[in-house]
Order: sequence, then structure tokens, then C-alpha cells
Amino acid sequence: MSKELIRLHDLCMAFDDELVLDHINLYINDSEFLTLLGPSGCGKTTTLRIIGGFTTPTGGDVTFDGVRINDVPPHKRQINTVFQKYALFPHLDVFENVAFGLRIAKIPAPEIEQRVMEMLEVVSLKGFERRRVDQLSGGQQQRVAIARALVNRPKVLLLDEPLGALDLRLRKDMQIELKRIQQQMGITFIYVTHDQEEALTMSDTVVVMDKGRIQQIGTPEDIYNEPKNAFVADFIGESNILNGTMVRDGVVRMYRREFPCVDGGFAPNEPVDVVIRPEDIDIVPVEQGQLVGTVTNVTFKGMQYDIIVDLGGFKWLIQTTDHSPVGAQVGVKIDPDGFHIMKKSEYSGLFGDYSSYSEEYEELADVSALEEEESGDEE
Amino acid sequence: MKNKLSRFAVPYEVWMALFVVAPIVIMVFYAFSSAEGGFTLSNFVKMGDYTEVFLRSFELALIATAICLLIGYPVSYFMSREGASFRRTAMVLIMLPMWMNFLLRTYSWITILDNNGLLNQLFGKIGLIALYNNLTGSELTYFPMMNTQGAVVLGMVYNYLPFMILPIYSVIIKLDHSLLEAARDLGANSATVFRKVILPLSLPGVLSGITMVFVPSVSTFAISQMLGGGTELLLGDLIERQFLGGAYNPQLGAAISLVMMVIVVVCMVVMNRFGEGEEQAVML
Repeated sequence: MSKELIRLHDLCMAFDDELVLDHINLYINDSEFLTLLGPSGCGKTTTLRIIGGFTTPTGGDVTFDGVRINDVPPHKRQINTVFQKYALFPHLDVFENVAFGLRIAKIPAPEIEQRVMEMLEVVSLKGFERRRVDQLSGGQQQRVAIARALVNRPKVLLLDEPLGALDLRLRKDMQIELKRIQQQMGITFIYVTHDQEEALTMSDTVVVMDKGRIQQIGTPEDIYNEPKNAFVADFIGESNILNGTMVRDGVVRMYRREFPCVDGGFAPNEPVDVVIRPEDIDIVPVEQGQLVGTVTNVTFKGMQYDIIVDLGGFKWLIQTTDHSPVGAQVGVKIDPDGFHIMKKSEYSGLFGDYSSYSEEYEELADVSALEEEESGDEE
Repeated sequence: MKNKLSRFAVPYEVWMALFVVAPIVIMVFYAFSSAEGGFTLSNFVKMGDYTEVFLRSFELALIATAICLLIGYPVSYFMSREGASFRRTAMVLIMLPMWMNFLLRTYSWITILDNNGLLNQLFGKIGLIALYNNLTGSELTYFPMMNTQGAVVLGMVYNYLPFMILPIYSVIIKLDHSLLEAARDLGANSATVFRKVILPLSLPGVLSGITMVFVPSVSTFAISQMLGGGTELLLGDLIERQFLGGAYNPQLGAAISLVMMVIVVVCMVVMNRFGEGEEQAVML
């Protein structure tokens, strides 16, 4: 199960002097669902293309089953790819698209027939064999692309943002479907996405990348609960990230107050980044709060309210099921295991303050600002 | 659902009526009338005398089209694989002759192919003619190239080659690169990628290239007159003679034109069917 299959060793890639991958070291186990997660331009697709053989790295090695494969062309690798826009052959029907690789491998016709039909069954496209690919919906095209890759029984399947073009509902269904197919076939999936939820839902291992470097490798739980730096904390889920000082093991100081926490292993009085997840914060009456602040914005999100609270000039995002009106004074309480302490990094101070809202918050803030104007509310 | 902009189509409709529909109507009218003006089918009966011309025209046009395809497809394919600056330069070179007058550039071939033209002078200088004479025991002072079917085909290929290259090139250059990557990913080497993906997907360009070369080739008269010296009578020449030449007989000319048009249309329909059949054959 956990046999190492692919290893990237000091992988570097430069396009015209621009370093796209900066010494990537990574190993990928057999039968693993590994996700490369990061914002656009972080190098995740380039990494995938190098594994697929479409791009030759400018430095470092790729090994497959212990053999160096840097210069092996794509058609000689036991790796198949599901492309971002499916890249189905428009002049062939569903059956012939799926059979493409088998025909090239000169598999006997009865076996092709059997394997293609089997695979169409796996991706729930039985009865669509003779459809033209442009008559299929996005989700169906997606599944043809997956079948076309898997029918060749590759050791590794590469998927480049395969769900990007689908709507939300279909995307959720396909996430489950993909995970099921991966477990059923027992092969390695390397999945590229910028969608953190997708990564957390499906992966055994998540590799968070930014600026051509790996920021953190771990299980979805590790990545979410123990982010290594402010970038990871911000990219995976929502996070309030504050400056703090680690007084001693188990005690962190911020807002000139000491809070009990569960982390340790820092130098005495070392400056640190403190991550507090919005769902780990309780809103309590003012007199019970560890800190007191003012509600500046409330957004109804269905399952919870997103509440922005101004705590000494730093705006916190708090997710709670209890409504608090804008302008109210509230107390804030955090349990010791709600604090995640991180070493300072190049990303410190760049993320985690909700006074500069992310895009969706900006939109909502604009709307509420308009409403305030309309109701004649004065500041 | 009447389009608001439809009134802007009026000038176009008038143009089509005047310059496309009206001439065809007049042609059909002439084809079925005698010199005195009554209805007759004799124009079509007379046409049996010209079977040879029909066959020769279609034969030469087919040869020219085939040569254009054999040259044009590889040119388009390799052009599309080069860098942007090479492609621009190549495109200009292909288009350049078309900016010159058609008659002028055809005339220039006479200077090249003539009995004491550029090519024969070159062959004489490098001893090719002498060598040929030694080998075959003949006593040529030049290679006769003008006024042959070969010269006519050469003229057609030279004039219409860009019409083959451009549609094929524009189809190939627009091919989604990820399709080629997908094919490679599925185990295809370069030759297989070409055979199983690039070639079938570029067929529409090939079909329109064939149409655009074949139709003007089959009806040309200037090329055969200039390079064929009038010895290789083609349909175009035959028709021209009925209207402008000594054999003045516009009714017969119209009938020949009509028959030629019908044959060409039938050819095109069959070919396009064949093109669609490719897709349908896959569907079945």
C-alpha cells in the first residue's frame, strides 16, 4: 500500500529566467490520492506536466519506481492524464475516445470492446457508447475523459483541475465519484486544484504550494489543524492570524494579555503568528469575555453567521450560530486548543486580518454600506 | 422573429440578385433557346462533339488539385509547427504572388518555360541537354516545355496552390494543442498523433482546399491559352470561343457552361457527403 512510486528530487523549472518550481522534493506512494493545492501560478500544473512528461524540468530528477524518467516521452510512461478541458477527440464517439489508447496498444478487438464497456460502466456512462462527444454535458465529458485515461490501466492518473468547469452541485457529486473510482481501481491519483475544499474532501495527502515552493505536506486534518505558516492557514479555510509572543510553553501573549494554549517548543518570548479559526471562537456576554470588541458586520451564511468583530483595531472573523447585531459590544472567548501557534515566516502579516476582506466579503460589505446609506444611517 | 438588423442585408440581397441569380437565369434561358429565340434542346445534343474537351478539362484539373494537395498539405503542416515569425514570413511569401496580376504572373512562366527561355538556357549551360542527347541518341537543342499539358497543369498548380494551403493551414493552426497532448498521453508517437488526430481533424480544410483549387482549374481558359498555346483546348477555352471567338454561338456556350456547372456542383455535393460520411461512419 505505502510503497513509494514517484519521487521528485530537487525539481526546478524555469521559463525564461523565471523560476516556476524552486527545489521541489516530494514522494508519492502507490495507491495514494495526493493533491497539489495552491493559487494559480504556484507551480502545481507545471509539476503535474513534468510528471506526465509534457515538460522537461530544468533541474532535478523525477523517478518512477526507482527509475529516472526525466527524458521519457509521455507516450512511454505508465501515466495517464485527465486534462483541464477534457481534450476529448471531437471526430470520435464516446466508445472510440475511450478505446483510443487501447487501439494504439494494438489490443485485440474483443478485449477492447470488453474493457471499454467495463470502464464506461465504472463511470456510469453505459448506453452512451455511440454518442458524439459534443452531445454530452460537461459532467459526462468529464467522465469520458476519466474513462479514456483509466482504461489503459495506468499506474498513476494525473488530474489537472478536472472539475473546474462544472457547477457546484455536479462538482460535489464528482468529488465523491472520483474518490470512489480511485478506491475501486486502487491506483495513484495526483490531483491539481486551487479549491481547498476539494482537496480536503478527497485527498489522502495534500501538498500546499505557493511561489513554486512546497509550503506544507500532510493529511487534510494536519493541514487544517496545524498549518505551518500564515499562507497555509489563510489558504485552507478562514483564519484570523495575529501577532503574538510565546511567553513560555502553553502560554501565548497578545493584546497585552496572556492566554493559555496547548502548543509549545518555542524559545522564551519568541515572536509568533497566532492562528485562530473562526469556528473556534465563542461570542459571550461582555463580562465573561477574554477580550471585548464591537460587531461591525454580520452576514448570514445559511449554516452560520459570519460576524466581523473589531478587537482593538484588528478585525476578526467569527463564525457562530447566534446572531449579534451590528454595533453590539460582545465578549470573545477562545479555548486553549483554539490557538495554533506558528513560527514567523515570509508570509507573516500578509494574511488573516479581516479589515481587508477577501473578495466575497468586500462585495457583501459594499451591499451593506449601500443599505446603510439608504436607511440614512449616520456613522 | 425578424432581426432588427435585417435591413442592412438589403444591399447584399440586391447585389446577389443582380450578379449571381440574374446571370444564372440568363444562362439557363440561353442554353435552352435556339439562335432564332425558340425553345430547343439541340444545344445539348451538339455537346457530344466536345466529350474529349470535357474529359481533358476534368483530368487536368484533377491532376492539378492532387499536386496542390500533395504540396499544400505538408507545407501547411510544417508551417503550423514553426515559430510565429517564420509563419508570418512564410505566409507573406505564399500571398505575395497573389498581389500580382493573374495574367502577368502566368505570362512570366512563358519566359521561364520557352524553348530558349530561362530553364532551357540553364539546362544548356549545365550540359543537361547534351547529356540527354548522348543518353537517348536524340538531337534536341531544347526541351519542349511550352504548349504541353504539363505546362497547363503547372500553371494551375502555381496559381491555385495558395487556395489549398490557406484553408488547410488555418484548420491545423487552430487545432487544440491539448488534443495532441492527450493523444501522446494515451501512447501515440508523433506519427500516430498525426494519423489518428491531426489528419482526420484537418479534413474540413482539405475539402475546402480541394474545392477552391478544383473549381477554378476546371473552368480556366487563360492558363491553357497562354501556357498550352491553344493546342490543349479546355472547357474554359471552348466556352470563351462561343462568346468572343470566331465560333460565335452564345446558346451553345451557355449550354456548355450549364452542364459544367451541374457536374461541378454534383462533384462538390458528393465530396461533402464523403466528408460528413467520415463523421457518420464513426457514429454508426
